[in-house]
Amino acid sequence: MGKKVIWFLFFLLFILHQDFWWWDDSYLVLDALPVGLAFHAGFSIVCAILGWVAIKYAWPHELEQFAEEDNHEKKASL
Amino acid sequence: MTTLLVIVCYLCLLLGLGFFSSRLFRGTSKDYFVASHSIGPFLLLMSVFGTTMTAFALVGSTGKSFERGIGTYGLMASISGLVHAGIFFLIGIRLWAFGKKYGYITQIQFFRARFESDGLGYLLFPILVLLVVPYLLIGIIGAGKTIEPVTAGAFTEIFTNPTAPQWLGGVPPWLTGLVVSLVVLTYVFMGGSRGAAYANTFQTIVFMLMGVVAFVYIINGLGGLDQAGRVPARITDKGIIVQDYRFDKKSRELVKNEPAKPIGRVIDSQNSNFTDKHPHLSRTPIKVEFKKKNPKTGEISSFERELGIPFITFVSYFFIPLSVGMFPHLFQHWLTAKSAKAFRLTVIAHPLCIMIVWVPCVLVGVWASGVLPPGMPPPAVLSAMLNLLVGDPVLTGLLTAGVLAAIMSSLDSQFLCLGTIFTNDIVVHRAGKNKYSDKQIIMIARVFIVVIVALTYALAMWAKNANVFDLAVWCFSGFSALFPIIFAALYWKRATKQGAVASIIAALVTWVYFFHLSGYGGEMVIGPGIIPAAVCFGAAAIAMIIVSLMTKPPSEETLKKFFPQVEKL
Repeated sequence: MGKKVIWFLFFLLFILHQDFWWWDDSYLVLDALPVGLAFHAGFSIVCAILGWVAIKYAWPHELEQFAEEDNHEKKASL
Repeated sequence: MTTLLVIVCYLCLLLGLGFFSSRLFRGTSKDYFVASHSIGPFLLLMSVFGTTMTAFALVGSTGKSFERGIGTYGLMASISGLVHAGIFFLIGIRLWAFGKKYGYITQIQFFRARFESDGLGYLLFPILVLLVVPYLLIGIIGAGKTIEPVTAGAFTEIFTNPTAPQWLGGVPPWLTGLVVSLVVLTYVFMGGSRGAAYANTFQTIVFMLMGVVAFVYIINGLGGLDQAGRVPARITDKGIIVQDYRFDKKSRELVKNEPAKPIGRVIDSQNSNFTDKHPHLSRTPIKVEFKKKNPKTGEISSFERELGIPFITFVSYFFIPLSVGMFPHLFQHWLTAKSAKAFRLTVIAHPLCIMIVWVPCVLVGVWASGVLPPGMPPPAVLSAMLNLLVGDPVLTGLLTAGVLAAIMSSLDSQFLCLGTIFTNDIVVHRAGKNKYSDKQIIMIARVFIVVIVALTYALAMWAKNANVFDLAVWCFSGFSALFPIIFAALYWKRATKQGAVASIIAALVTWVYFFHLSGYGGEMVIGPGIIPAAVCFGAAAIAMIIVSLMTKPPSEETLKKFFPQVEKL
């Protein structure tokens, strides 16, 4: 799975976030949780899953190596 | 009095943690500013999450959902779960890599090197300070507004001039603000970023735990989860907004109002089919008129409020969480990470932590619409619900300590970051890195932190009636308007110094213009409901692109330094 798929999933989630289909629905899931809020709570869980997928399939290994290389070039003011 | 004692015990515990972390301090400026890049995954998650969640998350979200309903969660929380995690992954890790490699401690050091410009740092410094200060203010204001109601009646002889008559004897906001500022100042002064990371972790655990406990007790107070779902204010067939229930303090249970108590009326609605519905449980905008009683004079007056969220506003709120990419205090936390792998837990768990904190707060705000007077100031809603439904002073003290924990876990990082950027980007940068010893550098940072705490406290007292949520949104809007600069700096080779300057100026001018139009901190939308942050972001992005393309590209040396042959994201 490449980075393009991760980007696609990111934009898909952005679209799903605008859940206009339940915009004026005040139905209570399990008699307790408004459906609009329940959807967005589920959305948060899906975001966490996307984070896991991104780490698994799009982790910047080379950037990590670049940072850990020994040729430190201290240019900051310290 | 018991409640106050519990809060004081918590603050003492925090000071103890400050002393403990100061013993781990290695005495170097690198350790003071970025904990010698030694923070592991769990501490990083807790400190990053604790820093992004402040009075805004607990007090502000409850108040906002009391005003507008469940849309508050999608507006700020779930989109933040997506965008923040994306920023940690795309920007946080990359900045950490450059910071580790080239020894940067502040954002300005990175920008100066990337855009080959000293002047850019001097331009950015006052803007970052200007934007962090409102963020600090909301913490101190939020703390003051939380403590006074829950300590009401404790010192009736001493504190005789409360903000509202029912809070007579409560600890006044000026004293709470002062104590909170001093406690935070003490442990930041002693332990620097390591102290802040430890304190943040402890406080984040406290406020998440206490949030869940408060939620459970509030549900019990309302008679269970299914009963709580029926509590929010309702619209009758005649367009009257009513409260069907009230909380009886004597029997300590929810009692049905017979007949339902009218609290307002619908003035304008896009949806005619609202009869017998609870407007706080959906998001369709409805304009309503409520009545409120002046607590001091007893005079009744009416005020208008929009419930729900306009769709365009909801969509354009996407720009607000982009602010995280430019928070200077978060940049500093990222640099404390031991390795890139330390970010993994944060990327995954941050959206879940947001959910754990925000869902209960939003629900409490929605339920509050059915039992509290609509004229209740939004920042006081959470503590009013705790006072009304929980009752037990020890528990109320613990829960209030949780709210303070959320507030202080942001204040510490912000104070530290202002001290860090002033010391490194102005004082040491101007004088040259060999002019001061490491000890002197730490002392300069500490002195500046003391000064900024004093100034912030004075400003908070001046702006004590500001709406915490709205002030926070303005602060976030400013940072999100600066987002194109960091994104272009990291991902667009063609981004130039002139483009960055133009982008900063465009962001600043548009932000100041809208801030002025809003009456300096009020809620504001443009046209069909677009929030100012979207326009500021657009102006800054366009300025960056056009001016960069019109000017000379960065040098080859700079491009090699910041665009090494690493995997493209």
